Amino acid sequence: MKIEAIQEDLIDEFSMFDDWMQRYEYMIDLGKSLPIIDESLKTEDRLIKGCQSKVWLNAELKGNQVVFTADSDAIITKGIIAILIRVFSNQKPEDILVANTNFIDEIGLKEHLSPTRANGLVSMIKQLKLYAMAYQAQLKN
Amino acid sequence: MYSVEKIREDFPILKRKVNGYPLIYLDNAATSQKPQLVIDCIVDYYSNYNANIHRGVHTLSQEATDAYEIARKKIQKHFNIKNSHEVIFTSGTTHGINLVANGFSEILLKGDEILVSAMEHHSNIVPWQMLCERTGAILKVIPMNQEGVLVLSEYEAILSEKTKLVFVNHVSNALGTINPISEIIKKAQDKGAAVLIDGAQSCSHIKPDLQKLNVDFYVTSAHKMCGPTGVGMLYMNEKWGNILPPYQGGGEMIKEVTFKKTTYADLPHKFEAGTPNISGGIAFGSAIDYLNNIGFAEIEKYEMALLSYATNELLKIDDLTIYGTGPDKTSVVSFNIDGIHPYDIGTIVDKLGIAVRTGHHCTQPIMAFYKIPGTVRASFAFYNTKEEIDALVSAVKKAQMMLT
Ligand SMILES: Cc1ncc(COP(=O)(O)O)c(C=O)c1O
Repeated sequence: MKIEAIQEDLIDEFSMFDDWMQRYEYMIDLGKSLPIIDESLKTEDRLIKGCQSKVWLNAELKGNQVVFTADSDAIITKGIIAILIRVFSNQKPEDILVANTNFIDEIGLKEHLSPTRANGLVSMIKQLKLYAMAYQAQLKN
Repeated sequence: MYSVEKIREDFPILKRKVNGYPLIYLDNAATSQKPQLVIDCIVDYYSNYNANIHRGVHTLSQEATDAYEIARKKIQKHFNIKNSHEVIFTSGTTHGINLVANGFSEILLKGDEILVSAMEHHSNIVPWQMLCERTGAILKVIPMNQEGVLVLSEYEAILSEKTKLVFVNHVSNALGTINPISEIIKKAQDKGAAVLIDGAQSCSHIKPDLQKLNVDFYVTSAHKMCGPTGVGMLYMNEKWGNILPPYQGGGEMIKEVTFKKTTYADLPHKFEAGTPNISGGIAFGSAIDYLNNIGFAEIEKYEMALLSYATNELLKIDDLTIYGTGPDKTSVVSFNIDGIHPYDIGTIVDKLGIAVRTGHHCTQPIMAFYKIPGTVRASFAFYNTKEEIDALVSAVKKAQMMLT
């Protein structure tokens, strides 16, 4: 599925909720259902800086697609990660690089986009794109 | 009669809404809100007598200088300081600490020792580490126990003739513990060591008598006590004022300048280089007036009632642990709920219009001691109410329900 199509789906799903409580409950559920990554992958170099909660992000190249797995010690943060992974994992590096993140605003999670926000959503997106950039270079060689 | 309803009317911000709910501001340990009187004071300064101080002969400059110096006297009186020239305006606690640390870099010798408590704010640890790197002095830590109370027997054990400086906060920002500073000062001075007390967390709750405490240095920030940000004070005993070298060079701190040599101005100007935060200093004075008008005894009584109410109500929540359970505390409750990250609780509670702090509160050593990533910290001021605490408790319960 293309990144835009997944984003559209998410916007549809979140449009069913009429208040923040329902949105957050859904996000918490998404967080709980996120596959837990292997303890051995929770290393210092996979830790994303700038988060009040800990976030580990792992990236692998499978074929011509980047596969992301991640974990956090905070459940709301995990929910956010789950959303990001759904959008960006199993995609080609070049598609990840050009994708915009407007959908975050549209699903009512704009407050998490503020750079001062301690969950580090902005850092996470930056890190996802950095991996994509690295793999794009690798694929070209 | 203490009327919280009347007091709340003094704070315009308390009328605003956050996320559709009336603001409940329980992050007073980070910074306090400002009463209209303090806001007006800043507006009045810029509207009517803004001028640079201590340098012009014109009327405006005289008026601004007078107002600034009156504020210094208010600070002097409030903290019961002997001489007004022992009050040094700073940009805040952090600045004051760095000023003292810098001064000691010329005094300390290799092998000298500095003691800091285990419950210090990062701003009270890093300058000493830097000082130790520069001088070869050694940093030692006064440990605390599980209740978050300093272990004084251990303190005595590490105090020695090598100890040159002791740095302790009066109140811990992460735990709310009130440290026995009078005893700490005496014991240090018996060994010939100087003491700096960080009053950032205590100044809005406790009015210290600095002459009686006979402390060497005391620092605080105006913004923690209803004053503006970017201004604070350093008390420096006159003896130290003459010994310590200036921190920054610039205008205001000099007596005479030639290209060969500059002689420094007398206290306090020796440590006040450059144009200061004039409106901030003047407004700091009115904040002090405001608090004294309500009265520190009244404030303490009211806040202690809030603390015990909040503690009891929060402890009724299943699996909730409070950190900082010593007998002497200010109105701060730092807590966690088993299995829930403090960040998650803070996020949900904020959605309900309640401002609390989550995280390590710039005290990672305390968090490491308890082996936790952080806490949720609710800190109450004299303008908070029991109803707000009820709202906090129900918000935390809601968060717990959503998150487990
Ligand atoms: C105990 C303590 N010391 C120092 C500071 C730093 O104060 P400022 O940022 O105003 O310099 C704080 C502020 O949170 C504090 O709580």
